[in-house]
Amino acid sequence: MELFLDSLLEGINLLVALDRYILEVILLSLRVSGTAVLIAVVIGLPLGLWLGLARFRGRGVLAALVNTGLGLPPVVVGLVVYMMLSRRGPLGFLELLYTPGAMTGAQVLIAGPYVTAITMAAVGSIPRDLRQQALGLGASRIQALWLVVREARVSIMAAVVAGFGAAISEVGAVMMVGGNIATAGSNETRTMTTAIVQETGMGHYERALALGMILLLIAFAVNVFLTRNQEGVGGRWLKS
Amino acid sequence: MFVSLMVLGLVAALGVRCGGDEDREAGSGGELILASTTSTRDSGLFDLLLPAFSEANPEYRVKLVAVGTGEALRLGERKDADALLVHAPEAEREFVSNGYGTERRKVMYNDFVVVGPGDDPAGAELSSSAPAAFTDIAESGAPFYSRGDDSGTHKKELAVWEEAGMDPGGAWYSETGQGMGSTLRVTSEKQGYTLTDRATFLNLEANLDLTVLVEGDPLLFNQYGVIPVAGAHNQEGAQAFAAWITSGAAQELIADYGEEEFGRALFVPNAQ
Repeated sequence: MELFLDSLLEGINLLVALDRYILEVILLSLRVSGTAVLIAVVIGLPLGLWLGLARFRGRGVLAALVNTGLGLPPVVVGLVVYMMLSRRGPLGFLELLYTPGAMTGAQVLIAGPYVTAITMAAVGSIPRDLRQQALGLGASRIQALWLVVREARVSIMAAVVAGFGAAISEVGAVMMVGGNIATAGSNETRTMTTAIVQETGMGHYERALALGMILLLIAFAVNVFLTRNQEGVGGRWLKS
Repeated sequence: MFVSLMVLGLVAALGVRCGGDEDREAGSGGELILASTTSTRDSGLFDLLLPAFSEANPEYRVKLVAVGTGEALRLGERKDADALLVHAPEAEREFVSNGYGTERRKVMYNDFVVVGPGDDPAGAELSSSAPAAFTDIAESGAPFYSRGDDSGTHKKELAVWEEAGMDPGGAWYSETGQGMGSTLRVTSEKQGYTLTDRATFLNLEANLDLTVLVEGDPLLFNQYGVIPVAGAHNQEGAQAFAAWITSGAAQELIADYGEEEFGRALFVPNAQ
């Protein structure tokens, strides 16, 4: 119990002091995971719509593959991306390894299946009649599709939230392709999760737990922001 | 939906069964938790030592937890480990004098080496000593990767910088905060320099584009010690392990480790 109390105090301490190091680590986590989710949405949303609405041979296999992607261990994603980007790997010439770019790429592969799978399930559960009726009433294909997206917007927002949660909380991939590097005291590729692993390894349990609490707090704030927007600005935009 | 739940239930049941079987195999001496460092595990030595210990003492089942030196000591303080095998003599002595360990016995040593790219832009290979090599690296501005994790290896690196009369910092000096294997991988990819224990380096050398540049400096000596944790859950087992690893039989195993695979011994046993 004492450990948790100490961690809570340490967490408050870290937040109040908010030194440059902690701030840089938090900002990098947000930047990497935020960009990754954005890219995952750009790819996963249309893919999920297509898999959820279209009817074609092999759709079941593709859907099962996407769902399997939900169980993909981040460390395996990290290993594969590492082998691609390594100096001895096929994409080594890009010199992306141990940069935030590589970390973002790996997290796209982690968040992607979440966005795709949940979108797929969401639009798949909207009655097919809705689109047929809209088309029958003279709506264009795009307008009919938009109608389905609007109906499923709450679930689609859940897909984005789940993708972000998966990205910001994973450690296996960012550790592997990011390297948890800090240079001359300033942050290069250290995220909140890799910093937690490091502090734990050093036996600094209080600091590690405190960072964990800050991570939760930030995830909470982002979720509140996203779900409020779903009812507010974003929701209005979708309803118009 | 119903079928999916059935399948899930089956998978879970299978998992429970397997776990149960394993538990029944536990010996009468019980489970012994040994906390050691990731670099010791990465050296491959445990793959030889732990089966040999189990053969000599079949009543104990050893669980190896490979963590950072700091965490290993912390696990000991909290009595979550029964015995420690680490390589940070000063921290170990403090651990014992604070009453967390019953004693500290020397087990073996290996050495650290300075590794870097084959073309050696900093000219570190020409240096007569480790501190001189570090000075050359710093002055050339070539990238240096530090463990930065308060591990035994990190402490040794800081000792070398101190000997060189330098306080490392600047755009060329990075910290990975990770284990030796990961740090070597980063160093190789970025074609920089680092300080590593020889055992881990030899184990990973085939996948690295790095060469040994400085070795043999007495400063690069890496002493391992074993500590039974005071008031540990399995105190008897901890004592048995400490006694065994410092015994003639274990010391001989340690002396031979590496000859076959690397053509040279990786550790020098020096238990008294």
